Amino acid sequence: MEVFVVSLLNGLVYGMLLFMLASGLTLILSMMGVLNFAHASAYMLGAYFAYTISQYIGFWPALIIAPVLCGLIGAGIEMWGLRRVHQNGHIAELLFTFGLALLIEKGVQMTWGLLPVPYRVPELLDFPLFKIYGTQFPAYRAFMLLISALMFGAIWLGLTRTRIGLVIQAALTHPDMASALGHNVPRIFTLVFAAGTALAGLAGVIGGNYQVTEPAMAFTMGPIVFVVVVFGGLGSLSGCFIASILMGLIQTFAVVFDVSLADLLAKFGFVVTSSTPFAEILTVTLPRIGALLPFLMMVLILVFRPRGLMGTRDT
Amino acid sequence: MNMLRRHWPWLLVLVILLAFPFLFYDWTKGRHSGFVLTLMSEIGVMAIFALSYNMLMGQAGLLSFGHAVLFGLGAYCAAHVVNMVKAGTIWLPTELIPLAGGLGGLFFGYVFGWLVTKQRATAFAMITMGLGELVSAAALMFMAFFGGEGGITIDRVMDTSLVGVRYTSPWQVYCLVLAWAFIAAALMRLQTQTALGKMANATRDNFERAQFVGYDPRMVRLMQFTLSGFFAGIGGGLYVLIYEIVTFDTVSAAKSANALLAVYIGGAGGFFGPILGTIVVVLLQSGVSLLSNAWLLYVGVLFIVMVMYAPGGLIGLIFMHLPIWRAGRMRELLLPYARAFPPALLVLLGFVFMVELASFTTIGAAQGKRFTIGGQLIDTTAPMPWVIAIAALVLGALWLRHEARGFRQRWDELMEGSKRAQATAAPKPQEAVA
Amino acid sequence: MSVSAVELVDVRKNFGRTEIIRGVNLSIPRGERHAIIGPNGAGKTTLFNLISGRFPITAGSITVNGQSTADLAPQEINRLGLSRSFQITSIFPRMTVFENIRCGLLWSQGYRYSFWRLLGTQKELNRATDQLLERLKLADRRDLQAGLLSYAEQRALEIGITIAGGAEIILLDEPTAGMSHSETESAVALIRSVSEGKTLIMVEHDMSVVFGIADRITVLVYGEVIASDAPAAIRGNAAVQEAYLGTVAA
Repeated sequence: MEVFVVSLLNGLVYGMLLFMLASGLTLILSMMGVLNFAHASAYMLGAYFAYTISQYIGFWPALIIAPVLCGLIGAGIEMWGLRRVHQNGHIAELLFTFGLALLIEKGVQMTWGLLPVPYRVPELLDFPLFKIYGTQFPAYRAFMLLISALMFGAIWLGLTRTRIGLVIQAALTHPDMASALGHNVPRIFTLVFAAGTALAGLAGVIGGNYQVTEPAMAFTMGPIVFVVVVFGGLGSLSGCFIASILMGLIQTFAVVFDVSLADLLAKFGFVVTSSTPFAEILTVTLPRIGALLPFLMMVLILVFRPRGLMGTRDT
Repeated sequence: MNMLRRHWPWLLVLVILLAFPFLFYDWTKGRHSGFVLTLMSEIGVMAIFALSYNMLMGQAGLLSFGHAVLFGLGAYCAAHVVNMVKAGTIWLPTELIPLAGGLGGLFFGYVFGWLVTKQRATAFAMITMGLGELVSAAALMFMAFFGGEGGITIDRVMDTSLVGVRYTSPWQVYCLVLAWAFIAAALMRLQTQTALGKMANATRDNFERAQFVGYDPRMVRLMQFTLSGFFAGIGGGLYVLIYEIVTFDTVSAAKSANALLAVYIGGAGGFFGPILGTIVVVLLQSGVSLLSNAWLLYVGVLFIVMVMYAPGGLIGLIFMHLPIWRAGRMRELLLPYARAFPPALLVLLGFVFMVELASFTTIGAAQGKRFTIGGQLIDTTAPMPWVIAIAALVLGALWLRHEARGFRQRWDELMEGSKRAQATAAPKPQEAVA
Repeated sequence: MSVSAVELVDVRKNFGRTEIIRGVNLSIPRGERHAIIGPNGAGKTTLFNLISGRFPITAGSITVNGQSTADLAPQEINRLGLSRSFQITSIFPRMTVFENIRCGLLWSQGYRYSFWRLLGTQKELNRATDQLLERLKLADRRDLQAGLLSYAEQRALEIGITIAGGAEIILLDEPTAGMSHSETESAVALIRSVSEGKTLIMVEHDMSVVFGIADRITVLVYGEVIASDAPAAIRGNAAVQEAYLGTVAA
């Protein structure tokens, strides 16, 4: 039981972090059709910016400045890069962001070095918030939950209560219609791209010190975010939310339960020995396979239900 | 005789490639340069890999992010076959080991192809990426087939050669690679001329229309994917023979990205583009990585520049000149090119200098390396080098922009002129050469 | 020949809740040149999409050469000997004109998914392709990329791809749309010659084309057949005139 509650909380924290990244990516992918490989790079940049800023003026200003910087970079990328590449088609756009991701990783390595940087949780939040069943729950995780919940609320309000939000919503499901209605689509694209990148940056600020801030963080996070987006389905923020939480929970719980298929079979009286065919696959334990699960899920969902959980159209 | 007349360029290339390593031959010791031979063998293997990738991306318009899976699994299969031959379980000549890799690739190509070819476009890209991640994670997890982190090691020296060669030296391996590279390239080239090859083009151009001329696009994709797996597997088999080890690197996303970079930089769609791209990427990778920590950055910049300004790749840039060449007016481009060259060089130098400065301050310092140019130590923390680098970059860029305007004007004139010349001449058949 | 080339029995098609085709019955005998006319939005192209298997039907049945097309994919219907063209030009833009036509021939000539026979050496196939190019008056464009052809040439190529496979039933969707007067004339001559001895079904807006070619005309209004008769009878049909006048007034 104690393991369950703690894992649930941790899974929720991780899931919300994922959502912060994935929501921007879903918006960009659904509206602009751009599979943005550089999205996780913005997450990494957010973490590194926050690290540097917090060295000079502290964590709290960084919480605002770093995402804004990321958003500005995103706007620049959209205006001077993507828009130019757009005429060469979706694949060119995708490859463009792929190249950007390579560049940003290398750029980060060259600016901050190959090793992880000591980006730490601010002292103010560096205490255990409460104890459940003898396990401490750090205050910072609660803070992460708070930030992501606030952000979630802000997105929700922005999309449902503002004019531009309604246009974005319309463009999500019917990308070609929005321009027919006379909206300035390029500006909306820039805005969405910038906002998405800023969100990723914010996720980096609060996720960088929760996990590790290192040059490889983009390439470990990137594919998982893709999985979330595909799993949730194109054009659906709620699908994206559910997928994020699900993925967070799966990954956290997978680490905890030390079982394998062989254990499951043993329950039915079938004993796996080293001579059983596929013994190696059957005896692999869940924690070892944890990192693999999201991709397995993605492949399965793309094969059997290409529009994802709640998508409005095929990926 | 007719064959010779038509295919002499291939023979010429073969002769050049055989002769090339002798430029680096150490006559005093009577030895080939191991580095050059390995580099060229690597180019050969990667060229097969890139060409097989082009069967998907260029020919069928399928953007895969997990092509290395087929390459790597072919390599693992070949490694196991070598070990079985060694153990005496089966008999197979060394020369045919790559074929074992190819059959492995063919098998996995069919299995994975069955899963992935249900989708196309973005969904196809995502699902191949997912498979790539799955297989590379599995490669670290399962010992029996993948050997975990250590991989599978082999000893390529086995006495089953058909031509009595023991493949103890890199030169012998290079010859084998060359032979297979030519066979594979020729086969892939021929495949583009078959019904399947042409219908792959058709499904790329207009997926729906292909259905209405009687073809099942899914089937076309599946067969194309499977064949592409076969050739990738041949590359994997050769890889094993060169390095005598296969690890999870061969199935990794980085390997897949390499094929993508090579094909795109060289020029997708055409046949020689991917080969050209492979040479550029491998040289950057192996050559520049010896000199600089930042080789990936250069590849990335090159890639982005290509995507933004030359979506046809290097080969596309070359073919752009074709009408002017036909009109016999290439000479008139010399001056504009000569004028654009100095500013372009300045930009390049400024950029490289700046990147290297940055690279040496962080990564280089951590590794205890120092930045020297011509024996002169450069202090990367002083402002002066940075000012020089940035000045070169900015001035060069402005100058280049100025020259580019003139160049463009001249170019447009020439194109216009050659078009008119062509319109008056009899319409000449121009088989799609690329 | 008792079996019709194409037979539609009470065919219905809904998109969401909107009914686009509302119970169409149509029997087209072999060798007939049949035109389908009707005001915009009548469902003519949708009807083509149903017959050729691009969309599944909601209810009813369609048979091609006596065989039901339910659950058949477009390529399977094509292999029954039914080939269609598209209203919005649908060719293979990055392949040469020659290759475009040859793609239309491959399946019917039994090449299937062959990856061992070099097409360059298949004399019979290439000769047939060149002959067709000659008929389409595209021979001098043979090696040009199809995407670079003029609009009228692309329309001719569209028809060429459609008929290349030698299908007995040919569906042409507005073959002369957007053409100038002289282009239309040569298109009509082309259609007339390629449909010789075959079943032709065409959707067309240009009435001179329709009345010049068709043996029988079906008038489709709001997803229903209001008349299906010989051209002379259609000309005098009151309901048809009303439907057309109605759209003009609206």
